[in-house]
Amino acid sequence: MEEYTLLGSKPTRHGFGEALVVLGERNENIVVLGGDITGSVMTSLFKDKFPDRFFSIGIAEQNATTIAAGLALSGKVPFFASYGAFCALRNADQIRISCCYNEANVKIGGGHAGISVGPDGATHQVLEEVAYLRTLPHMTMLVPCDYLEAKKATIAMGEMVGPAYIRFGRSPVPLYTTETTPFEIGKALVLREGNDVALIACGALVWEAMLAAQELAKKGIQARVINNPSIKPFDVETTVTAARDCGAIVTAEEHQVHGGLGGAVAEVTAKNSPVPIEFVGVKDSFGGSGDPDELMIKFGLTWKEIYASALKAMERRDKGSVGFRRVKDVEQYIG
Amino acid sequence: MNVEFSDITFENRRRTAQELTEIATEIRRDIMKMLVLAKSGHSGGPLGASDIFAALYMGGVMRHHKDNPHWSGRDRFVLSAGHMCPVQYAAMANAGFFPKQELSTLRQYNTRLQGHPGRDMGLPGIETSSGSLGQGISIAVGMAMSDKLLDKTDHRVFSLTGDGELQEGSVWEAAMSAAHFGLDNFCWIIDNNDCQIDGRIREVMNVYPIDKKCEAFGFETIVIDGHNFEEIMGAFDKFIENNQKGTGKPTAIIAKTYMGRGVSFMEDNFKWHGNPPNEQQAEQALEELV
Ligand SMILES: Cc1ncc(C[n+]2csc(CCOP(=O)(O)OP(=O)(O)O)c2C)c(N)n1
Repeated sequence: MEEYTLLGSKPTRHGFGEALVVLGERNENIVVLGGDITGSVMTSLFKDKFPDRFFSIGIAEQNATTIAAGLALSGKVPFFASYGAFCALRNADQIRISCCYNEANVKIGGGHAGISVGPDGATHQVLEEVAYLRTLPHMTMLVPCDYLEAKKATIAMGEMVGPAYIRFGRSPVPLYTTETTPFEIGKALVLREGNDVALIACGALVWEAMLAAQELAKKGIQARVINNPSIKPFDVETTVTAARDCGAIVTAEEHQVHGGLGGAVAEVTAKNSPVPIEFVGVKDSFGGSGDPDELMIKFGLTWKEIYASALKAMERRDKGSVGFRRVKDVEQYIG
Repeated sequence: MNVEFSDITFENRRRTAQELTEIATEIRRDIMKMLVLAKSGHSGGPLGASDIFAALYMGGVMRHHKDNPHWSGRDRFVLSAGHMCPVQYAAMANAGFFPKQELSTLRQYNTRLQGHPGRDMGLPGIETSSGSLGQGISIAVGMAMSDKLLDKTDHRVFSLTGDGELQEGSVWEAAMSAAHFGLDNFCWIIDNNDCQIDGRIREVMNVYPIDKKCEAFGFETIVIDGHNFEEIMGAFDKFIENNQKGTGKPTAIIAKTYMGRGVSFMEDNFKWHGNPPNEQQAEQALEELV
């Protein structure tokens, strides 16, 4: 198994922007739509290289999404990118009907996701779109953990057929996957083996989970760390195996605790192998202005919360928490 | 850099163009100070709209009570272009809504001066959260409907959008309904600086002609030089007169402005849409803004 060490840091949006150029070279049907922030979401790289296949739509996310559907239904592979706040939720109905119901081959890149956008504040810190997008039939929803995975994921979504969305961030985040690290839509990846507790994370929280695992190891606890970039389709097997092997799970994401990766893990384990789960994420609140690192601490999105949650999940497992027995058995106790 | 905010405030009353020019300069200075401290944020739009905000908040255009921001008789202002909030914060501080020293907290953790306005933070005078373009103007229409059609008050509602913001289709849905409901108590100010993030308006997505569109949508449409106080005050006077007469037509003021107005190296340059000055640039800006 590959050993993951810190190789540097780079924003995931760079991976997205560079991948569009790679895709543009491979496939002349790739076209890109701009929403007036082409520099920040790095579609400007494609614009410079393939000006004839780039169209500026202006600040009109609903229109861009539906234009993309029209292009897709005419055989093109359109990518539209903006800030996730505006290209996942502002245009939610357009995504649902024109892209997904049509099974149109539309690709959306949602940048500046999560609290780590920093000083721009709550309006720009999208924390809800994973929950929405993963409920849409036909949708593929990806949350890469680092720059290189963002690049691989963008290329993969450009080469599959069907509506797809990728979430990426503004600030630099740790880089630790390599050219040989596998990436496949629908697959989660075990980054670290362990059978005491499973830490399942996506995006920037994956490295925090690795740090938490290191700290847990100092206490003799071996945590299994799972990077789950493919929110939909979801890797049921890797999650259920982790639930069975470890009996306790922590999920971690830069998203509301409701409905995102944590929700997906809870649904899958509830059906196949219920175990105690602790959820690390933003706790039903809006974000706010501040320095990105400061906000990650204030909103409880660091290895420390993952560490504490791991201990809690294990304790609930070991105490045989009532919630995980059959009602019939519990009734015997109460008499 | 040592940044200090004066504690002078200005009462809200009819003023001469000379007085308003001085107030607008003070607003621009405060914007530069706030942004150099914050190390992020939008310089261009706020500097360009400073003259309009001086008139609105301290030239007697809007009725407000700085000590009682929730006064029920107030006129309302909705900043649809939420990213331009530094100019609104600076104008409100100069009008005495909150201590000017607080301007130094822009964009910091737990500040009332969020990077885009957050109503949850309770800054006096902020009517709505905004930052997602194209929504504020509809909120303003809703407020104007409440005032005119339901409460039957004489309150007025002002909303400012950018010109790039006009690319959002929902802006035109709001415009359609303002005319449909005969909202002569609604004043839409369009900051027409011809710049947005990726470049000039016509290159990113052409929205011109704006005046003909507003007219076709049923607005009393007034095109002004947004840096000329006679024209600014003349346009607001016209709006108020139409409202008093009860023409049943909303007003659109298309203010031709320059992004970054007053700071030579920022002026009319879209690259300054979303950046703060560094210390050296801020010093130069403050030298120019006198
Ligand atoms: C719905 C939405 N889409 C995109 C953005 C990102 N954004 C912020 S300001 C801006 C440009 C606005 O241009 P304009 O209205 O002309 O304002 P100015 O550049 O003059 O300040 C964009 C695209 C946003 N805030 N909201």
